[in-house]
Amino acid sequence: MEILQQLAVTLQKGQDSQVRELTRQAVEDGVPVQQVLDEGLIAGMGVVGERFRTHQIFLPEVLLAARAMYAGLDVLEPLLAAAEVPRAGTAVLGTVQGDLHDIGKNLVAIMLRGAGFSVIDLGHDVPPERFVAAARESGAQIIGMSALLTTTMPVMRRVVELLAREGLKGRIRTIIGGAPVSVEFAQEIGADGYAYDGVSAVERVKALLQDVSPGPA
Amino acid sequence: MPSEILARIRRGEVLLADGGMGSLLLDAGLEPGRCPEAWNLEHPDRLAEIARAYTEAGAMLVQANTFGGSALKLGAYGLAERTEEINAAAVAAARRGAGDRAWVYGSCGPSGVLLQPYGDVAPEVVQESFRRQLSALAKAGVDAIVVETMIDLREAELAVTAAREVAPDLPLVATMTFDATPRGFFTVMGVDVATAAAGLAAAGADVVGANCGQGSEVMVEVARAFAACAERPFAIQPNAGLPRIVEGRAVYTEPPDFMAAQAERILEAGATIIGGCCGTTPEHVRALRAVIERRRA
Repeated sequence: MEILQQLAVTLQKGQDSQVRELTRQAVEDGVPVQQVLDEGLIAGMGVVGERFRTHQIFLPEVLLAARAMYAGLDVLEPLLAAAEVPRAGTAVLGTVQGDLHDIGKNLVAIMLRGAGFSVIDLGHDVPPERFVAAARESGAQIIGMSALLTTTMPVMRRVVELLAREGLKGRIRTIIGGAPVSVEFAQEIGADGYAYDGVSAVERVKALLQDVSPGPA
Repeated sequence: MPSEILARIRRGEVLLADGGMGSLLLDAGLEPGRCPEAWNLEHPDRLAEIARAYTEAGAMLVQANTFGGSALKLGAYGLAERTEEINAAAVAAARRGAGDRAWVYGSCGPSGVLLQPYGDVAPEVVQESFRRQLSALAKAGVDAIVVETMIDLREAELAVTAAREVAPDLPLVATMTFDATPRGFFTVMGVDVATAAAGLAAAGADVVGANCGQGSEVMVEVARAFAACAERPFAIQPNAGLPRIVEGRAVYTEPPDFMAAQAERILEAGATIIGGCCGTTPEHVRALRAVIERRRA
C-alpha cells in the first residue's frame, strides 16, 4: 500500500511531523491499525536497524528516526489498546542502579518498540526491586538491563537472584547488555541472554519469547 | 612554561602523557557508582599520590581528576554548584604530586547529555557548562587542556571553542573515541577521522587525536588514519585493550610490553603525544617512556 511505504520512508528520514500525519491519514483511510504498525512503522524501523547494524548510518540518524517512530506510535498505541491488538511482547528496561548511562538502553528501547514490543522504560539508576516490581505489575515477559560501568554490573546479578527468590525465574526472562558486559558474564550470573546492540537485542528477545513458560492467568 | 609544550611539539619532540585514572581511583578505594570528582575535595592526598606515581614513571603531562568536571556532568551527582571548587582542588592535587617535573593537564570529558536535535539539551547550555569548568581549570593554573573521549563533534567543538575563549594561550588538545567498523573508524555518533581532525582543528585545537577505544593495536590504525589527513600534530592514548570482567571487576588485558610495542608503531606513524587511557597504569607509562628514550637515542 502506497501510504504505508511512504510512511516507512519518511520514518527512515526522521521526519516526525510527516510520520504523525501519514499515520493519522492511513488510519482515517481505513487501513487496519495492525497493518499501519507492521507495514509502516515496524517496516521503516527495520530498515533503520539494519542500516545501523551495518554502519551505513549512526546514532544521530537512529535517534531522529526513533523520534519519528514515536510520533506514529503516539497515534497508534491508543487504537491498538482499544482494539486489543496483541503486541509482540512486553519488556521492562533500565540502566542498573548506580549507572547514569542510558544511550545504549535507549537504543534497545527504540529497536524493541520498532519491532512491535510494548516497552516500559524505567530510565537509569534503577534498583533491582524496581525492575522486578515493574515486570510483575505489567505482566512483562522480559527484563532488559544495561550497564556501562564495570562497577555497576553486579547489580544485574542481584536482579537475577531476586527473580529466582520470588519464583519468577523462567517466567520473566532477563537479557543484559552494555559496553563491559559479555555473553560470559551473562552465563556467570545466570541471565537468560546477552545482546551486543539494539538490533541483536530484538533477535535475542524474540528467541527468548519462543520458550517462555506461560505465566499465571 | 605552558608555551614550552607547544614549542617542543613544534620541534618534533614526542611528549609522554599519563595513563588511566578511573581504575587507580577504584584501587585507592573509590566506591563504585560514586562521582570520581567528589574525591577532589575528599581525598586530594590520594590524587596527589596518583599524579606522583605517573610523574615518577616518566609522564610529562599528568592529568588532574576532572574528566567529569563539567557543570552538567557534576550536576548528575548534585554537585553542579561546586564545579569551580572541584576543578580547582583537582589541579592543586595533581600539581602537588607532579611537582615541577611534569605539566598538569586539565581533562574535560563529555557532558553526558545529547545535544539537540538528538537529545533535548541546547548547545548554549552545554557550552556554558564547559566554560565554567574550563575557566576554573585555567584559573587554577593548568599547563594545558585536553578535551577527550568525545563522540559528538559538535559537543567537542563547543568545548574547544569554550577553552579558546577562557584560556586563549593554553595548549589545547582535543581527542575523540573511535570504533573500528568494516567501513573504517567512526565515533558512536558517526564521525570519521578526517572529519574529526578537520573540525577539531578549525575549532581551535592545537593538537587533535584519539583516546580510549579498542586497545593499542587498533590505535595503530587510527594513528595512521590521522597521519593521512591531520594538518595538526596528533595525540594517541589507547586503552590497555578491551576490559574483561573477572569477579565483578574490569581487568584490562594488555601488559605494558605489548602496549609499548604498539606505541613504537604509533610513534612511527607520527603521533606527537602518546599516553594511555582506561586500564593503563604507571607501569604502562614506564614502558612507553622506555620506547621514547630508545627512539631518541
